[in-house]
Amino acid sequence: MAMTHSKTITQATAITVRFAGDSGDGMQLTGDQFTDTSAVMGNDFATFPDYPAEIRAPAGTLPGVSSFQIQFSEAIVFTPGDIADVLIAMNPAALKVNLHHVKKSGLIIVNESVFTEPNLRKANYKTNPLNDGTLQDYQVMRVPITELTKNALKEHPLKLTEVERCKNFFALGLMFWLYSRDYEYTFQWIKKKFAKRPEIAEANIAAVKAGYSFGDITEAFNVQYQVKKASLQKGTYRKITGNEALAIGLIAGARLANKTLFYGSYPITPASGILHELSSHKHYDVKTFQAEDEIAAIGTAIGASFGGQIAVTGTSGPGVCLKSEALGLAVMAELPLILIDVQRSGPSTGMPTKTEQTDLLQVLYGRNGESPICVLAPQTPADCFDVAVEAIRIAVKYMTPVAILSEGYLANAAEPWKLPEIEKFEKITVVHPQKTEAEFLPYARDPKTLARPWAIPGTPGLEHRIGGLAKADLTGNVSYDPVNNQKMIQLRAEKIQRIAEDIPALEVRGAKSGQLLVLGWGGTYGAIYQAVDDLDKDSSRIGQAHLKYLCPFPRGLEKIVRSYKKVLVPELNSGQLIMLLRAQFPGVVFEGLNKIQGLPFQVDEIRNKIKGLL
Amino acid sequence: MNVDQPAQKPIFTKDDFVSSQEVRWCPGCGDYSILATAQRTLAKYNIPREKHVFISGIGCSSRFPYYMNTYGFHTIHGRAPTIASGLKCVAPDLKVWVITGDGDGLSIGGNHLIHCMRRNIDINILLVNNQIYGLTKGQYSPTSEFGKVTKSSPMGSIDYPINALCIALASESTFVARTTDTDPRHMGMILERAMAHKGTSFVEIYQNCIIFNDKAFGPVTGRDTKEDRMVFLEDGKPLIFGKDRNKAIFIKRLQPVTGDYDPVKTYPDILVHQESGVSSHHAYLLTQMRYPEMPVPFGVFRAIERPTYDALLQNQVDQAVKDRGAGDLKKLIYGGQTWRVE
Repeated sequence: MAMTHSKTITQATAITVRFAGDSGDGMQLTGDQFTDTSAVMGNDFATFPDYPAEIRAPAGTLPGVSSFQIQFSEAIVFTPGDIADVLIAMNPAALKVNLHHVKKSGLIIVNESVFTEPNLRKANYKTNPLNDGTLQDYQVMRVPITELTKNALKEHPLKLTEVERCKNFFALGLMFWLYSRDYEYTFQWIKKKFAKRPEIAEANIAAVKAGYSFGDITEAFNVQYQVKKASLQKGTYRKITGNEALAIGLIAGARLANKTLFYGSYPITPASGILHELSSHKHYDVKTFQAEDEIAAIGTAIGASFGGQIAVTGTSGPGVCLKSEALGLAVMAELPLILIDVQRSGPSTGMPTKTEQTDLLQVLYGRNGESPICVLAPQTPADCFDVAVEAIRIAVKYMTPVAILSEGYLANAAEPWKLPEIEKFEKITVVHPQKTEAEFLPYARDPKTLARPWAIPGTPGLEHRIGGLAKADLTGNVSYDPVNNQKMIQLRAEKIQRIAEDIPALEVRGAKSGQLLVLGWGGTYGAIYQAVDDLDKDSSRIGQAHLKYLCPFPRGLEKIVRSYKKVLVPELNSGQLIMLLRAQFPGVVFEGLNKIQGLPFQVDEIRNKIKGLL
Repeated sequence: MNVDQPAQKPIFTKDDFVSSQEVRWCPGCGDYSILATAQRTLAKYNIPREKHVFISGIGCSSRFPYYMNTYGFHTIHGRAPTIASGLKCVAPDLKVWVITGDGDGLSIGGNHLIHCMRRNIDINILLVNNQIYGLTKGQYSPTSEFGKVTKSSPMGSIDYPINALCIALASESTFVARTTDTDPRHMGMILERAMAHKGTSFVEIYQNCIIFNDKAFGPVTGRDTKEDRMVFLEDGKPLIFGKDRNKAIFIKRLQPVTGDYDPVKTYPDILVHQESGVSSHHAYLLTQMRYPEMPVPFGVFRAIERPTYDALLQNQVDQAVKDRGAGDLKKLIYGGQTWRVE
């Protein structure tokens, strides 16, 4: 494309852009396209879609605002950015909802065309914020995006509503110009997406071009930015969200085990993306089952596991509540099962599209009786792939349910994923017993892992019955023997603890002992990493460790936490991990940093807390 | 050799299907008859016992799998159809049975029962109906009659009862039948029909709970009354009953009514049974025949063919492989837009 360098070009290291508009304005799509192009141009990035649960709240109202934030950089980035350098507000409501996400003196581009009296009223603005001083601390660019889009598409044979729908592409074009992005990738995407409606494709392309040219020509913009390529590790990359990575990881894990993947699920935000992704990959021997409810979803998965295949059920917190009893059955039956909980803000229905880490204790303990399961938590969207494969490995090796605690934030956020060399992955060995001379004992155990044999229906000579009633050791027959009951409960607990011998030891980044360890889990990894990095690049006062394995804890955790004066535990809950740590490691000074606002940590919040502790 | 039909030379006996576990139902419980009939029926087929899986929920009848020398899974309350569905989806060659009761299947697990039947997963559901909660010691169940006095309804139940077969028909079940523990021969015949049916087979079995609801069905199935109060359905034949086979069911103004029957006469309004009607209203009409106003029908109410969920699911996998090739993991990982960093 023709780059007309008619204006000053300024180098920038990292930029955070926030696209905001009405739910129907296509802000997620605009953000995705900007992200894809930034990826192709070699920047590192992290994204954060922030959208309401309402599919289409009344147009122009505050509940209807949908936003998408991306940080792209020439350096490695760990978060989507605390606060935006640039906000694109497609209407007054988007401005109102997002203003506090923009840094002072930051750039705000508003679609001036829609700052009309009725729209201002819908956004609860008594006076026009463009004129009343509301934005005096910011650089404001008033761009009549709707009008300019209409003008640009005058010759196109579209209905007026269709023309108006192209305005997000005008905004995208303008952002492409501002950050010296190549628009070719988006053109390819538009052509493919609207292959059946070439007139729409052409209009969208024209809108991108118009936005780009507007930036170039208008006197209002006098600076253009460039962000150099990031020095990412050598390799092939793709953009990936947590839900996509989980789905692909599950397929990979099942393949490595040479098994069918069965996914039983009931639609629930923010986990449904996994069901959608998996249902489009049936040619990988994937069977998806959209169940009548959450209980049926896990029930079918338990049935598929009994049948000898890789069985997964995915949900969010409210669904886990409903699945609890069945999860206990899987514990008692000692069958491999993967439970995915993409955590969302609670309690009850809570804020379905918002993130939280509030299901840790539920997944660990939210069942009747003592029914321990293995619990893993991915740290980044791409890490979801590895965690999915690892969960399957552990589940079949130890004959146990394994929970994956993902988060709404990880599910929808995207980052570059350095693609693994799958051919180098170790196969997941599964041995189903066959009939021998000896009597078959369904609850005999592997001496090392304590796993019971996975004998599957259809195998001659191994007919046996399992169930939820207490099991006699070895035979698995129904037993009310008190001593046996205690033994079996202890055996199942011991089995889970033995997994600790089979997982990597916990690693510490930075100071190996001293003043402060920052210990987190799950999706807070990026923000903690960045905060520690910012404060401790040159000194070495702080250690950072992150728990991917929450049950059992990795080896060496006790030694690590006892090597520091204080341990800071940031969590998006009221202090669930910290409660476990305090119970298990008395005498260690644990300090919490807790946020339950449906939002991920900002780097700044963690940085400030650390500063206060040093 | 078609193993789905009873074998000409059976290689198994009833004892091959008897497990080592001591049966622990109350003496005189109707479940004994159902267990023995199931064992006898399976022995008629040359299907090895490892191919059978019995899955149950919670309740007296749900102990059933422990007593069958096959694979078995005694699961949790009401959920047996879900576990059976998942199993059948990944192992279509197994014969999957669900044993449930009126509380397990129609109360706590009602939702699963409905959806299992509408999907037409190829499993056999035996709903053992004794109109009472037995295992929890005698509360009224969803099939207990209105006004029933039990431990939890000392002034009489104010819950109106549900009709199991209506639920099955409303759920578009492709096979709906009723039998009774008092007639093992009829029950065996119905189980054979259920086994032969491709799709969900729903069989309601009237069962006597000798402790908490003794003789609940006695007025219908009792030795002295059954010939006048039970009517057996035979496909294509009129509904005739009575000790002397001199009574029949007629249709008057869309209602079934009883009337005298003489075999030498012809009756334009006599009700002729048809199992395979496109719509289910004929079968539904039969479900409305209740004691004491009418004799109660037993047999196959409805049997139609529709593709099974498990087969359709496998077809989609096969079709996807045909259209797109067997999935290549590397392609999946490298899917979408990728870029190189050197």
